[in-house]
Amino acid sequence: MKETRIIMGMPVVVEIIDDTVSQKALDEVFDYFTLIDERFSTYKTTSEITLWNEGKIIDAQLSDDTKKVLELSLETKEQTDGFFDIFFNGKCDPSGLVKGFAIHNAADILRKNGFKNFYVEIGGDIEVEGRNDKNEKWSIGIRNPFNREEIIKVVYLSGCGIATSGTSIRGSHIYNPKMKKPAEEIVSLTVIGPNIYEADRFATAAFAMGEKGIEFIEGLPGFEGYMISHEGLATYTSGFKEYTYA
Amino acid sequence: MKKLILSIFIMGSFGFYVLSQSQSNSLTNFVAPEPVVVSKKNVYTSPTLNKQTKMQSQMQTSAPGRVSMMNGIYNNGTYTGSVADAYYGNVQVEVVITNNRISDVIFLDHPQDRSTSRRINSYAMPLLTQEAIQAQSANVNGVSGASDTSAAFKQSLTKALAQARA
Repeated sequence: MKETRIIMGMPVVVEIIDDTVSQKALDEVFDYFTLIDERFSTYKTTSEITLWNEGKIIDAQLSDDTKKVLELSLETKEQTDGFFDIFFNGKCDPSGLVKGFAIHNAADILRKNGFKNFYVEIGGDIEVEGRNDKNEKWSIGIRNPFNREEIIKVVYLSGCGIATSGTSIRGSHIYNPKMKKPAEEIVSLTVIGPNIYEADRFATAAFAMGEKGIEFIEGLPGFEGYMISHEGLATYTSGFKEYTYA
Repeated sequence: MKKLILSIFIMGSFGFYVLSQSQSNSLTNFVAPEPVVVSKKNVYTSPTLNKQTKMQSQMQTSAPGRVSMMNGIYNNGTYTGSVADAYYGNVQVEVVITNNRISDVIFLDHPQDRSTSRRINSYAMPLLTQEAIQAQSANVNGVSGASDTSAAFKQSLTKALAQARA
């Protein structure tokens, strides 16, 4: 059972393979994503994060989810030597972390409900568990950052998260907080990790590091990366190739 | 006394031989089965280059017309990059452009100007590999890419949804 809805301005896809699937199980996940959007959208004037940014609510009034995201953001900033920073021009924009956080929590909801084979995606960031409808590992394409109609690599995943940070669609939307300018030389960096929360936050941070980002990923145990430069050259980590076999 | 000096000399020679052997081993180890070890770019230039470790990568060229954005960006020919300072020493690559695309990356220079860098290379050289991206044709369960939230995307989506509703 597979369903796509538009939440957070992005396609959100949930697919559950297990026989025990029901519309209720899918709805629970989509309801969670809607709740996350209400809290964290910087586009919404009524979201918790907007109200907090404008000083209309104080720290003590934040939901546990939001406190958790702020806490995890600080932790990630520390782990990435300052390259991951949700504060830009004095405003807090946790979207570099929220997407992965939300997908992973949604996957946990599915696990708690007993599902063992599923796919959860928000706008190109994906967590997969178990097998697909053909009882194979989930096959995931990496999009060509120069042509969104194409994929340039296929990886086969189970029990993993995969996230891509890049400039392909939105323009340079990730800033290098140390240089105070957009990260430019690299157009796309895909990270595979033990779950989407981990893959997403490290993809965001490593992308901001420019061409050194792939070395950062190489140095992280349990993570692999595939980086594409503006010249169309890809650089990948030592264990990446393992994922290219079905 | 002479015997002592002689034996020290022999032991020393043996030690030197072992050391030099292990260093040349580390050089051959470096020639990994994968295409090319990647480097940093454009850090500084050095006039002395040793090309003895030149090796060819095994990158595939993409099928004509498949990766369309690569067309017309480059002029055909062979281009040599500047010597770059990777933290383990110097590296330099040569890029071959065929049909206006990157068809090959050749590794020209292996760090040899610092005696310590060779030993460091045997374990600290990042095992990064490089290839030209190439369009794939495959049915996949999903696609990972940067977020689709541009104005153009939203516009397109709005129109598609309008049609879906019609």
